[in-house]
Amino acid sequence: MSSFRGRDVLSIRDFTPADIQLVLRTARKMVPIAVGEKRSRSLEGKILSTLFYEPSTRTRLSFESAMARLGGRALGFSSAEGTSVQKGETLADTIRMVEAYSDAIVLRHPHEGAARLAAEFTEKPVLNAGDGAGQHPTQTLLDLYTIWDEKGSFEGQSVTLVGDLKYGRTVHSLAYALAELGAHLTFVSPPTLEMPPEILEQVKEKGLSFRAAHRLEEVIRDTDVLYVTRIQKERFPDPQEYEKVAGSYRVDMDVLRDAKRGLIIMHPLPRVTEIAPEVDRTKHAVYFKQAFNAVPVRMALLDLILGEGA
Amino acid sequence: MRELRVTPIKNGTVIDHIPAGLALKVLKILGIGDAVTSTVTVAMHVPSQAMGWKDIVKVEDRELGGRELDKIALIAPTSTVNVIRNYNVAEKRPLALPDRAVGILRCANPNCISNVREPIESSFVVRSKSPLRVVCKYCDRELEDIVSHIL
Ligand SMILES: [Zn+2]
Repeated sequence: MSSFRGRDVLSIRDFTPADIQLVLRTARKMVPIAVGEKRSRSLEGKILSTLFYEPSTRTRLSFESAMARLGGRALGFSSAEGTSVQKGETLADTIRMVEAYSDAIVLRHPHEGAARLAAEFTEKPVLNAGDGAGQHPTQTLLDLYTIWDEKGSFEGQSVTLVGDLKYGRTVHSLAYALAELGAHLTFVSPPTLEMPPEILEQVKEKGLSFRAAHRLEEVIRDTDVLYVTRIQKERFPDPQEYEKVAGSYRVDMDVLRDAKRGLIIMHPLPRVTEIAPEVDRTKHAVYFKQAFNAVPVRMALLDLILGEGA
Repeated sequence: MRELRVTPIKNGTVIDHIPAGLALKVLKILGIGDAVTSTVTVAMHVPSQAMGWKDIVKVEDRELGGRELDKIALIAPTSTVNVIRNYNVAEKRPLALPDRAVGILRCANPNCISNVREPIESSFVVRSKSPLRVVCKYCDRELEDIVSHIL
């Protein structure tokens, strides 16, 4: 019996480094099942509710695929339209109803803290699949898995996070977890989209050094992992300013000229123009693999939380 | 004993040693407005040996407790609260800042689930007492300008 049985997955902060390692090792064992080479019935008879109050096709499908690969079933909705939610039902009431239909609940919701609220109204495990600009712990875990799977470890890896580091809370969770796992962090962003001071404070508390830069060219040479995020147009009142800024953080062959041979490039997808298409063909590009990793990582979580033998 | 600037009350609560300037905030916490049926006396900018200047609030015929004390502890933890019965101090109610501030602050994040119609109370984890720093249990954001978010 693992400590995961029946547990909520609300924030990456609830995970110790040992917890994270267990998820990653379990995810690796899931890969042959995730690609259909091996069969599993470990969650046979179990039902997962997927409540998506806002659409996120990738996240929902990967959860449903993960459940099906383990022999379980998923039910739910993919947007709030046409549900009792639209008639004004509270999230608390919806959760109390859904609890009776399923063994675990996956929730995506536009309001921050929704998953924590949901967990207060049910005994069943709640998995946070993104709450507004808040936490998205399963995304963080699949990002961590990708690094670990490609690089073999976190300790001493030089990880560079580039793009919008201010508003993207997934990069905040990732930075926090990587600091805890012993990676060296570099933050590259436009001056207006820098990592917020409270996140830097948390990284410092882990006793790790980090550095910040405004230009990718300054740091690419000694980067092992480059994590690229989208810079959103809405953050810039002036469209010309946006074009200029977005252009200067674009990863293309030119930027990669000085890169290490073993550099990996990650992106949570969908990308717009942050990574030039020609980069896809290089050995550096792992973002499509990263997207695939969503399934074994979510399988691992579901199996650890709902499975018998895990 | 020096001349009393505020006359003694028969029954009620005296909040003394309020940092000068915060008396009106204490009144706001106590919900003292039009519907109050007892007498409230406020003394502002009173000389104090310990504090230099202080404010005092006296509420007649009302004994404060629970959440009201928690709220006062949030903004003025050095205040003293004495319950008066028949002109005597019957009880000293200690002010202790709780580890969690439940139902007394509103989250400043408009997108926080605690600001939506749901059957929950706001809840903040007190991360540090001096200076006071609180973080919303739901959205995980630190609340700036705590005083103006008292419910
Ligand atoms: Zn909040």
